[in-house]
Amino acid sequence: MAAIALGQPGGRLADERESLREDLRTTGMVWEREIIRFFRTRARILSSFIQPVLFLFVLGYGMGSLVGATAGFDFKKFLFPGIVAMTVMSTAISSAISIVWDREFGFLREMLVAPVSRTALVSGKTLGGASIATVQGTIMLALAPLIGVHLTWLVVLQVIGIELLMAVALTAFGVFVASHIQRMEGFSVVMQLLLFPMLFLSGALFPLSGLPGWLTVLTRLNPLTYAVAPLRQVVFAAQHVPPIAAARFSAGVTLFGYTLPDSVNIGITCVFAAVFLALAVTGFGAAE
Amino acid sequence: MTGDPVRAGPGRPAWDPNDVTGPAARGRAAEGSGIAMTDTQTSLPGRLAAVPGGEAETAVRADALSKRYGDVTAVREVSFSIRRGEVFAFLGPNGAGKTTTVRMLCTLARPSAGRASVAGFDVARQPRAVRRRIGLVFQEQTLDDRLTAEQNLRFHAVLYHVPRAQVRQRIDRALELVALADRRHDLVSTFSGGMARRLEIARGMLHTPAVLFLDEPTVGLDPQTRALVWEDVLRMRREEQVTIFLTTHYMDEAEYADRLAIIDYGRIVATGTPDELKRQVGADTVELVTSDDAAAARRLAAAGFRVRSGEEHLVVFAEDGEGLVPGLIEAAGVRVRSVHVHRPTLDDVFLHYTGRQIRDEPAGRALPMMARARTARR
Repeated sequence: MAAIALGQPGGRLADERESLREDLRTTGMVWEREIIRFFRTRARILSSFIQPVLFLFVLGYGMGSLVGATAGFDFKKFLFPGIVAMTVMSTAISSAISIVWDREFGFLREMLVAPVSRTALVSGKTLGGASIATVQGTIMLALAPLIGVHLTWLVVLQVIGIELLMAVALTAFGVFVASHIQRMEGFSVVMQLLLFPMLFLSGALFPLSGLPGWLTVLTRLNPLTYAVAPLRQVVFAAQHVPPIAAARFSAGVTLFGYTLPDSVNIGITCVFAAVFLALAVTGFGAAE
Repeated sequence: MTGDPVRAGPGRPAWDPNDVTGPAARGRAAEGSGIAMTDTQTSLPGRLAAVPGGEAETAVRADALSKRYGDVTAVREVSFSIRRGEVFAFLGPNGAGKTTTVRMLCTLARPSAGRASVAGFDVARQPRAVRRRIGLVFQEQTLDDRLTAEQNLRFHAVLYHVPRAQVRQRIDRALELVALADRRHDLVSTFSGGMARRLEIARGMLHTPAVLFLDEPTVGLDPQTRALVWEDVLRMRREEQVTIFLTTHYMDEAEYADRLAIIDYGRIVATGTPDELKRQVGADTVELVTSDDAAAARRLAAAGFRVRSGEEHLVVFAEDGEGLVPGLIEAAGVRVRSVHVHRPTLDDVFLHYTGRQIRDEPAGRALPMMARARTARR
């Protein structure tokens, strides 16, 4: 009986409500820290645009001339939503990297020894990284007029929604991976082995139809595939895409000969996000 | 003796930072002055009730606490208790088990055997309750250097459930306690090692913990900064009545503690106030140089003093060397040219109990790096 905490009056329900409120506050603070840190590293903001812009113009124009346009619809327009997705992905992952930094500089301990739930910490970290990734991806939309892609406010809103979902899934994935990594070098190795294959096999850079069997299997196993497809379809919906072009530059994912509707793709992405989040929570600080 | 009824009770221990005598003497001083008591009015508000139930005066208690890592026993059946408001030091060489003990008390490592309670809560069974009531400063830095001092503190305030309405006030107070108020909006990356360390101590106090744990708070700092850190620590104890548990391998720092435990190879070999420990080691020695040593020696021996004749001086052994000086001079009966009183130091104490001297680390920062590499590999 001497063990009753005086600082926690009220019944069990009140306690739970109180602890939920504290958890939300913690999530908010961890999120805020990510945002503060992001704006403090302007070089990072800039550099995170260089790669996708390079991809867009080099691949878009370089490969575009090789591929040619089909009924006025060219490769650049196909590539554009993929590049937006790519921006989100790489920003999300590099946000997750910061956990490895936090470990190197000891701040991770400050978080892990606090009397807060890991779920609250991981949620904050993930939402912070995802917010940054979403903003970066959305800024890329500004290049749309250059590429000849037409956007409406509705499309932008839909894109933001999908970006956010994709970013949550990927940041959580990154947090999970980063939690199991002790050193910075380890992280870049894992990223080379995981992030780049995932990026390239997501259909961000090429249509997923008519691929060799093994490549088809790999792309369908990649969780990112199901996030890239709806993003592209949402953008395509606002374009005039002639049927021949739609066949050639297919936006969707086919599974066993059946083209998945956006709702299914988004559902799959949600499942991945949930699974990665759960993994990230259990793995967070595993090495402490 | 550890009992000290004068200092018992909330919001009292007032003492002079220059006073390094035992707690009993300090308690007597507090009765007279009453000045420092006004400091309590500026205390951080809303301190969590430290201890429920009857053990109101015990902040930390360890009973036969042990920790094994595989075949290695890092801590062996360590027992001690710390009263509220006390500064308690764990003195021992590196690898003696100091950090492991701290980790167990802070619920970061599970005891292999034995029990411990902090602020009245069992470390193994109620880790959350313990963590809410402790402040923790690690050997290695755990600040975010891309945030400002204030942002670091705000982050901590949220993690430790400081009520929103009090956050600002407590940050002000914490920065004031370590005299960093003017660096509030500066990035931590611009801080010197000593400033960062003091900011961490302030952060440890932010949520008004019942017990503040400092693991080698001054390692790797230059002497001046070490003194500043100690000023901060003692000010906190004085003004916030927090119980402080710290580890150190610096003998001179252990002197500041009210009580200390000497730990070696995972075992506590001695516990007590610095004065008690020194007394256990042996008497003070008084060296006298007189105009006629032989005559003085005879007279002193006749007066009942334990005297030994040295080559250049006489040595008198006594419990309270300083107090005896006037009597000695009188009893010697000859002209006394010089008097030197030597009190045993904690170095003598450590040597007495362990048969060795604590080696100072060659490079202060090497240790945390190693410690980090160790935890990283695990």
